Amino acid sequence: MKIRMIAKLAAGAALIAMTAGAAKAAEQVEVLHWWTSGGEAAALNVLKENLQKQGVAWKDMPVAGGAGSAAMTALRARVTAGDPPTAVQLLGFDLRDWAQMGVAANLDDLAKKEGWDKVIPAALQNFSKFDGHWIAAPVNIHSTNWLWINKAALDKAGGKAPTNLAELITMLDAFKGQGLTALAHGGVPWQDGTLWEAVVLSTGGPDFYKKAVLDLDPAALSGDTMKKVFDTMSKLRTYFDPNFSGREWNLSTALVIEGKAGAQEMGDWSKGEWLRANKKPGTDFVCIRFPGTQGSVLFNADQFMMFDVGGDAEKAQLKMASAVEDPAFQIAFNTVKGSVPARTDVSNEKFDDCGKKGMADLAEASSKGTLMGSLAHGYAQPAAIKEAMLDVITQHLNGQLTTEAALKRLPEAVKAAK
Amino acid sequence: MSATQETVSAGGARTGRYFIYAALIILALVYLLPLYVMLSTSLKSLDEIRGGDMLAPPRDPSIAAWVRAWGEACIGVSCVGIKGYFWNSIKMVVPAVLISTLLGALNGYVLTKWRFPGHKLVFGMMLFACFIPFQAVLIPMARVLGTFGLSNSTTGLVLVHVIYGLGFTTLFFRNYYEAFPDELVKAAMIDGAGFFRIFWRILLPSSGPIIVVTIIYQFTNIWNDFLFGVSFSSGTSSPMTVALNNLVASSTGVKEYNVDMAAAVFAALPTLFVYVVAGRYFVRGLMAGAVKG
Amino acid sequence: MTTIEPVPVVVPQRQGRSFADGLRNALPKIVLAPSFAVILLFVYGFILWTVYLSFTTSRILPVYKWGGFDAYYRLWSQPNWYVAMQNLAIFGVLYIGICIALGLAIAILMDQRIRAEGVLRPIFLYPMALSFVVTGTAWKWFLNPGLGLENTMHNLGWTSFKFDWLVNPKMAIYTVVIAGVWQASGFVMAMFLAGLRGIDGEIIKAAQIDGASSVSIYRRIIIPLLRPVFLSAFIVLAHMAIKSYDLVIALTGGGPGNATELPSTFMYSYTFTRNQMNVGSASAVMMLMGITAIIVPYLYSELRERKQ
Repeated sequence: MKIRMIAKLAAGAALIAMTAGAAKAAEQVEVLHWWTSGGEAAALNVLKENLQKQGVAWKDMPVAGGAGSAAMTALRARVTAGDPPTAVQLLGFDLRDWAQMGVAANLDDLAKKEGWDKVIPAALQNFSKFDGHWIAAPVNIHSTNWLWINKAALDKAGGKAPTNLAELITMLDAFKGQGLTALAHGGVPWQDGTLWEAVVLSTGGPDFYKKAVLDLDPAALSGDTMKKVFDTMSKLRTYFDPNFSGREWNLSTALVIEGKAGAQEMGDWSKGEWLRANKKPGTDFVCIRFPGTQGSVLFNADQFMMFDVGGDAEKAQLKMASAVEDPAFQIAFNTVKGSVPARTDVSNEKFDDCGKKGMADLAEASSKGTLMGSLAHGYAQPAAIKEAMLDVITQHLNGQLTTEAALKRLPEAVKAAK
Repeated sequence: MSATQETVSAGGARTGRYFIYAALIILALVYLLPLYVMLSTSLKSLDEIRGGDMLAPPRDPSIAAWVRAWGEACIGVSCVGIKGYFWNSIKMVVPAVLISTLLGALNGYVLTKWRFPGHKLVFGMMLFACFIPFQAVLIPMARVLGTFGLSNSTTGLVLVHVIYGLGFTTLFFRNYYEAFPDELVKAAMIDGAGFFRIFWRILLPSSGPIIVVTIIYQFTNIWNDFLFGVSFSSGTSSPMTVALNNLVASSTGVKEYNVDMAAAVFAALPTLFVYVVAGRYFVRGLMAGAVKG
Repeated sequence: MTTIEPVPVVVPQRQGRSFADGLRNALPKIVLAPSFAVILLFVYGFILWTVYLSFTTSRILPVYKWGGFDAYYRLWSQPNWYVAMQNLAIFGVLYIGICIALGLAIAILMDQRIRAEGVLRPIFLYPMALSFVVTGTAWKWFLNPGLGLENTMHNLGWTSFKFDWLVNPKMAIYTVVIAGVWQASGFVMAMFLAGLRGIDGEIIKAAQIDGASSVSIYRRIIIPLLRPVFLSAFIVLAHMAIKSYDLVIALTGGGPGNATELPSTFMYSYTFTRNQMNVGSASAVMMLMGITAIIVPYLYSELRERKQ
């Protein structure tokens, strides 16, 4: 017995030594992201398993909270220490800001080999490339100008989905009449901004959105159209329930799912909540573009920015980038996440009606030039300006600023943050 | 000091004491509310939480959420609960507390019993270290840790906690040893005892109360730290608070409040335990020196 | 600090055995030196670095390009910064004031030779043991009108009860005060309790013999004797007020709007999420100056008093 135990121990030790050796030799990617629970993590698991099949170990570095703000702190610490993670989930202008610091890897060879230039929409390439070089692998394309409506409540209110702001107000009044919270909203700056940008797009159309939000034209930011936008925001505010402050978006979605609220303006990630509650598009809920914005898409894409890790780690990094752009992964991930694939050559067969609509809308907007970056998610302006604008938007929505003051403050805040 | 009793008449004393007990009990209940909410929620089912009243006791208590939080809840892509992170925290807290306490004791000893010109300035400068906002030191600290190859390691995290705990530990011991009679030290010196011998044999044995205060203070602060943890560690080597945050503040997904609360209770257990068990010594230790102006 | 001699005791010194003696004499300083060096670098070095950074054009990461007073100009033209300072004033005064008042009150009650002290003491102390990462969710629920206290009162039939401070921009800062007081007042209680237990019983006996009422004994004798505790409590609370961060993030995230922004949250967001690291550093410098203004006079008077 003793001998057997010693043999066991020896075998165990050998095994440990071997696996330790293997771990050292194996390729590894360290991935910083803030998809820490539920379906998103499940979706990410697909990627992890794909890589493991190729012999690449996955070192997970999840940092949740504050829509990625804690993650950004951790990233700064790692980059400053000269020890960046392999890949980092980043959005929009943050990609540029980081690339500007000279810390990005170069994915040009891989992108050329796999023909990324042809299949990834140009609006997105603007951010996945820096100085003409690929630095990031886009995972998906979300869009923010959606309205999610409880089907039962809509049927009671006449069954016709609104197509403009006036009809939206009529519908919300009907919801109010049913004793519901007409519009479920969470009072957090980025959510306020998501609603605001949809209202801007609806009120002024894509050209006005470009002028005001993308080009920051001071006249557009304080003009009559913008006044209408803020007035609409004040009007919409009257349809919220009193507990909206600080509420997470998925709790608002839950209110609509449970039939306590009528509708929610939110990006397509909220579809994930509906699906997880076993609700079906078309029968339990209706997904439409935010009234008055059909034909335009405000996008927000998750991307894995590849950091310059040098040497051996680069091989694993390229494998990961390639795996991210693998059409099979794009389908597996995006059907779970609610978004649409980051490449346009992926079949829509596995997607539900909302997903199919999202893909069609994206293709249409991309060809018409109305595929525009979302402000609230960092695809319209760099962080400093984005946050300065969100300050004004959220203070106005919370009644700390009058419409007049907001119109005056908005161009000032933009100027001060430049 | 119980000044009241003897002076007030018997009947008055009784109503007075009822009043005292009533006031204390009401206050205690108020203070307990958040803990009660955490505990009762962790024992409820999700349906009950969604539909019910926050303050209502659980209808059908179940520890399922606790089991999930400890061993099954998903953090990132791995679903192994928070137990691993619990040990990460222990591995970080124990050395950090011991080292900073020991250094604080030695510093306090030098600053009171082996004074040199300028000792007050040195002490003042060390004390000011208590007041620096930690957000301001993150980036340079990251650079230093990177330079020494300690980025993203438990050793680095221990080092950071020791450094920013030194001000407090030195303060505690310095104030405590200030009141320690110099004569005893002198006598030992005349007997030929050296620096460390005096510390070891004379000061340390009578430092019980202040050691308790220091350990409680450091243990709580380091265990509860989030900012350093999230910046200087990653993935499966993160401390408990970071994992808890990942669990609770996840950006999406179905919120399992009972599991969140159970995880929070787990994260709170060690510090709660320390406070409850050592609370009496805490007041005694404060009496013994830390409070002295 | 280079010319150092052991002060309190006369160590027999002989000229001959210089190295061993020298080592022995230097030993205390050698023991202290690493701690002091570390503090010099990691506190004062970093402070200087932060000051320098505030004069650069740093945005996402530190860059060492001179930017003059631009960051300070930007800081002082941010409406958010004024909101943060105003909130700190409201929060600081109420937090310190209520913590001290409540802490003292509970300490006096606890000092009446009550029975279950061993049970009550940890109840008042435990909030200090928990971080807001842990208790934040519970607090948020409790204060939320739809889920917490207001809802409970409505369920109990008191339908006119209203407690919506958390979602009211004008009142939200007071919810931060409530949670802050809950966390720190027990600690202050422990300090006062320790102070009360340390008072010489003879003084009070003498006063009682003179026929003083218990109220006047507390007012005239005990509370004045606790002066050092007041000072310590003030310092501890003041620095916690200035550093308060978790608290705000857990409860309100700075909202509604920017109604609960504090300098610490301001600094964090400008440094780490708004990519304006120079402005964040400038605000850190302002915070450090504020802390210095409170702490240095205290340290000065403290260390001088000791001398006499």
